[in-house]
Amino acid sequence: MATFLGINLFGLFGQLLVGLINGSFYALLSLGLAIIFGLLKIINFAQGAMYMLGAFAAWLALQYLGINYWAALIVVPLAVGAIGILMERYLLRPIANEDHLYSLLLTFGVALILQGLFTHMFGSSGMPYNIPEELKGGSRLPFMYLPNYRAWIIIASLVVCVSTWYMIEKTKLGAYLRAGTENPQLMQAFGINVPLIVTLTFGFGVGLAGFAGVMAAPVYSVSPEMGSNMLIVVFAIVVIGGMGSIGGAILTGLGMGVVEGLTKYFYPEASTTIIFLVMVIVLLTKPAGLFGKEA
Amino acid sequence: MSNHREKLRINDLHAFYGESHILHGIDMTVMQGELVTLLGRNGSGRSTTLRAIMNMVGRRTGSIVINGNETIDMASHRIAHLGLGYCPEERGIFSSLNVEENLMLPPAVRSDGMSVEEIYEIFPNLYERRYSQGTRLSGGEQQMLAMARILRTGANILLLDEITEGLAPVIVKKLAEVLLMLKERGLTILLVEQNFRFAAPIADRHYVMEHGHIVEEVLADELEAKAEMLNTYLGV
Repeated sequence: MATFLGINLFGLFGQLLVGLINGSFYALLSLGLAIIFGLLKIINFAQGAMYMLGAFAAWLALQYLGINYWAALIVVPLAVGAIGILMERYLLRPIANEDHLYSLLLTFGVALILQGLFTHMFGSSGMPYNIPEELKGGSRLPFMYLPNYRAWIIIASLVVCVSTWYMIEKTKLGAYLRAGTENPQLMQAFGINVPLIVTLTFGFGVGLAGFAGVMAAPVYSVSPEMGSNMLIVVFAIVVIGGMGSIGGAILTGLGMGVVEGLTKYFYPEASTTIIFLVMVIVLLTKPAGLFGKEA
Repeated sequence: MSNHREKLRINDLHAFYGESHILHGIDMTVMQGELVTLLGRNGSGRSTTLRAIMNMVGRRTGSIVINGNETIDMASHRIAHLGLGYCPEERGIFSSLNVEENLMLPPAVRSDGMSVEEIYEIFPNLYERRYSQGTRLSGGEQQMLAMARILRTGANILLLDEITEGLAPVIVKKLAEVLLMLKERGLTILLVEQNFRFAAPIADRHYVMEHGHIVEEVLADELEAKAEMLNTYLGV
């Protein structure tokens, strides 16, 4: 057994890997939340339900329509995004001028309804989803065994996160989004259809959760509660990172996954609470979050 | 069909923010190539008039005809595409965008806007600082940027709100030169201005506002004769 200063390196790297996997999902989900919050000022409690929806859609598509994993990876985020667009257009927009508390409650309600609906139809035990043939197996690294699918999760979510960051920070479309976040009324006066951008942004943010759901289907079991369990942690991560920053959401997501993994190795008892502990410390010392702008 | 030289005609315009009734029946017209100012004390409704034209107020009634198009029921983002460029009092420079991104942000509303080269020629400071964060610029540079970005869109009706506020005399002079140059090119300008000495020599006409009404219209060559009346209204 490889050890270094009394540390079991196999165990450590194993937990680090698990941390990175979880972190990839945290990053995808908190990125979606940050984008939506930036432009709409809505805290989307349905983000977890959309992640669950993504996983279920992938499972249903395979089961009943014969749509394989790779196709689902494209089709499902689009479908979930479309549901997000309908939700923004017909549920959130009518109350857009009310206090943001209303839209928060509305998204919370949507989350509960979706979760209840899927529990009713499929039970809460969870469905298995096989790892696609192409990504079975793995490779032996010096201190660990790296399953191909896990490596794929990390790479794919990094690619999606970095491309999203690039699109928002470096392109003209992203400039519209950033400016719309700052001063939507002036953007509108410049002749830009801000309501359309708002709808598409919500669809995109929710679509990211759908994408995360498909990615998650083969590693976590597909169950109605998978989203709500995830969401609580993701909200803590968003608080730690600060609501204002796209890059911050990604880095904090990955970082907190790793912190959680390390805690699992060194002090497993604290692994489920460590993120909330970090949240408390950050709130006390830097209330706007690690990457947030002070108001 | 209205006279096509008439760029902007406002009839009985009322504007509201929530329960507050701000504009009480404004009537005015601005012809092509004219530079018209809205004078008045703070809170007399001048900025609200510009915002109402852009449909940026809570609610508005009456009639606003731009280039022959009735716009009272038009969504805000369609109005700009009739050739309007709006420069808000707070300048509206986006802090999350650099200078060049700020400049390139508003979509073209007509085809013959100024080229970026031309804009950098008029405002060389903006070229030097094109990669700076928008809000890192000095007040004067921010004002130039706010002007420059609507000139790039090809807008030929400019609504400018207090563009000289808080700026050094040398920059105010530069802005006056720019406005005269734009006027020469046939642009139509509606200017809200506190600085009467800036507005008087370049404007063709003035509307004086008080309590959400237009109380007086003064032509450029009547200024001297009506100086005393203006002093009472403006409290200068």
